[in-house]
Amino acid sequence: MSLLEVKDLEVRFGLRKGDVKALRDIDFTLKRGERVGIVGESGAGKSVLGFSILNLLSKPGYIAKGEVLFEGQNLADLSPKELGAIRGNRISMIFQDPMMTLNPVLTIGEQMVECLMAHRKITKGAAREIALQKLKQVYIPSPEQRLDQYPHELSGGMRQRIVIAIGLLLDPDLIIADEPTTALDVTIQAEIMELMLELCERNNVALILITHDLGVVSQVTQRTFVMYAGRIIEQGPTREIINDAQHPYTQGLINALPQMGIRGERLRQIRGAMPTLQAVPQGCAFSPRCDYVTENCRHVLPGFTRSGGCQVACHMVEEMKREEQRSAEGSEE
Amino acid sequence: MQNTETLLQIRDLYKRFSISGDLLDQLQFKGGKLTRHQEFVHAINGVSLDIAKGEALCVVGESGCGKSTVARTVMGLLNPSSGTISYEGKRIDDLSAQALMPYRKKMQMIFQNPYASLNPRMTINETLSEPVSFHNPSWNKGEVRDKVHEVMFSVGVDPSWGVRFPHEFSGGQRQRISIARALAVDPEFIVADEPISALDVSIQAQVLNLMMDAQEQRDLTYMFITHDLSVVEHFGSRVAVMYLGTLCELATSEQLFDSPRHPYTKALLSAIPKLQDDRPNHIKLQGEVPTPVNLPTGCVFHGRCPHADKRCQEEIPKLIATDSGSQVACHAIEEGRI
Repeated sequence: MSLLEVKDLEVRFGLRKGDVKALRDIDFTLKRGERVGIVGESGAGKSVLGFSILNLLSKPGYIAKGEVLFEGQNLADLSPKELGAIRGNRISMIFQDPMMTLNPVLTIGEQMVECLMAHRKITKGAAREIALQKLKQVYIPSPEQRLDQYPHELSGGMRQRIVIAIGLLLDPDLIIADEPTTALDVTIQAEIMELMLELCERNNVALILITHDLGVVSQVTQRTFVMYAGRIIEQGPTREIINDAQHPYTQGLINALPQMGIRGERLRQIRGAMPTLQAVPQGCAFSPRCDYVTENCRHVLPGFTRSGGCQVACHMVEEMKREEQRSAEGSEE
Repeated sequence: MQNTETLLQIRDLYKRFSISGDLLDQLQFKGGKLTRHQEFVHAINGVSLDIAKGEALCVVGESGCGKSTVARTVMGLLNPSSGTISYEGKRIDDLSAQALMPYRKKMQMIFQNPYASLNPRMTINETLSEPVSFHNPSWNKGEVRDKVHEVMFSVGVDPSWGVRFPHEFSGGQRQRISIARALAVDPEFIVADEPISALDVSIQAQVLNLMMDAQEQRDLTYMFITHDLSVVEHFGSRVAVMYLGTLCELATSEQLFDSPRHPYTKALLSAIPKLQDDRPNHIKLQGEVPTPVNLPTGCVFHGRCPHADKRCQEEIPKLIATDSGSQVACHAIEEGRI
């Protein structure tokens, strides 16, 4: 059985002017120990997806349709108490800004012990022992001392390590990391990403990595989901997506990266900007910015087409696949 | 081609910020004596740089390395603790506000966060015409309006949107408006402090292209502050790498990316996540950036450098020219150890 299965998920935000769809047609499965990256620009719905898995959506957001099955159990149906037993325990979440995640008036040790004692029946001493062990796992220098320090006494990189240690406290099966390194410098980012990869591999933990940085996704994940205006428009093996993206948006996103450009020449930009959720165009949401747009794209929402190991929501790819199939059939005859 | 005339010259720039409050906070009673105790953040420690006309000099480094402080000091938003800044050979860091006025028109700045740098209560027209009419007091309303329309057009913002307020625009459009504001007084030199860090990848490319276009059309000189090295490879003609308030390497972008010399530059370059990698592979540095309050003696990087020896702990390395033409501040390179 897969660890996590999301089926036809739709998340809406109830606004005064009517509902907007923040997520639609979200369908994917995640195996035990598998690492996926969710990429997209701000407003694409990456974080909403992360939040809706743990049902952390706050009003006016709600799950309008679909299921989030964790080991076969629909998380959307659980009572707050039942969900509480899973949150932080089986699935843990790491957020962008470690200063906002850590409680500034509790010591590191107190926060870690509190989390352990909330989920397990153990003594304070035993909890402190586990906390110490986890701090060692994330390579924090002089961990005994850190347990009695407050978050403000530590640097940004160190704080994010502590957050990761807290995420690992209860040996979860799945970690959802929402832009875990965006607030950090590149050298610290490299260290943190390497650490997360090592920990996930060693403990066979599945990871959903939400980021806008394709470079990070390339280094850490096995599969990639590309999101645009609330939809996963392309998903597939990370290498395949990076080397041979099918969707024009994914191609544009990769080509726009400075490292893909030629020195001193203009970058290949995507024109326009992503629509807001209130004004998602009819048909394919990317159509106003797409170079290959046809009349069909402007009116009909593209379905998902298989192409190699990838699944792509694009009329052009669908058309190309159909063409290929036709010529294959033709040659058989 | 680029000419080699120096536009801006920074010499031995130091900037310290006092963090011990006012005089009463600084007084301490110790051993029966009243003493004054002061602590400083040493943000810039002896930076010398030349920026040639028409080039785009990028200053890179991690947070807290003093790159923004350099930008602000150059613009006269901060006074240097010591050292000089000259524009076209004329010293400008000690000028009065009045005397600095003509230079303000020649030097403009673009800030990181387009949400904070535009006045939310002014329409785009007001925001853009204010600097134009201030620096060109003789112009009439029509001339100011024409200028505003011209810059809006050149950054790809429809002039008819001028009656709107900043909140009605997206981040990328706001940054275009910030660029338009900088261009509105026809400057020669623009300091851009992380102008694309707050933007999405596809928008970053648009804004970078816009800045490159403006440079070509208006013959601009840039000082581009960023933490993102992959942008530098694309944008800058020369790169200055800073660490803890000092310059560690100064090279053309080709040299820096093809053959980085300084151990810190190497580590920094290796930390950029690249699309080709399927695992993180970076040079690991020991420890963390020390605090700029108590600077390490000698080379500021010695505590984290794999090549540090006794001399590095004691003597501050000077920028020396290497055979490849770049300048590096490192004893190990000078001695030929690496």
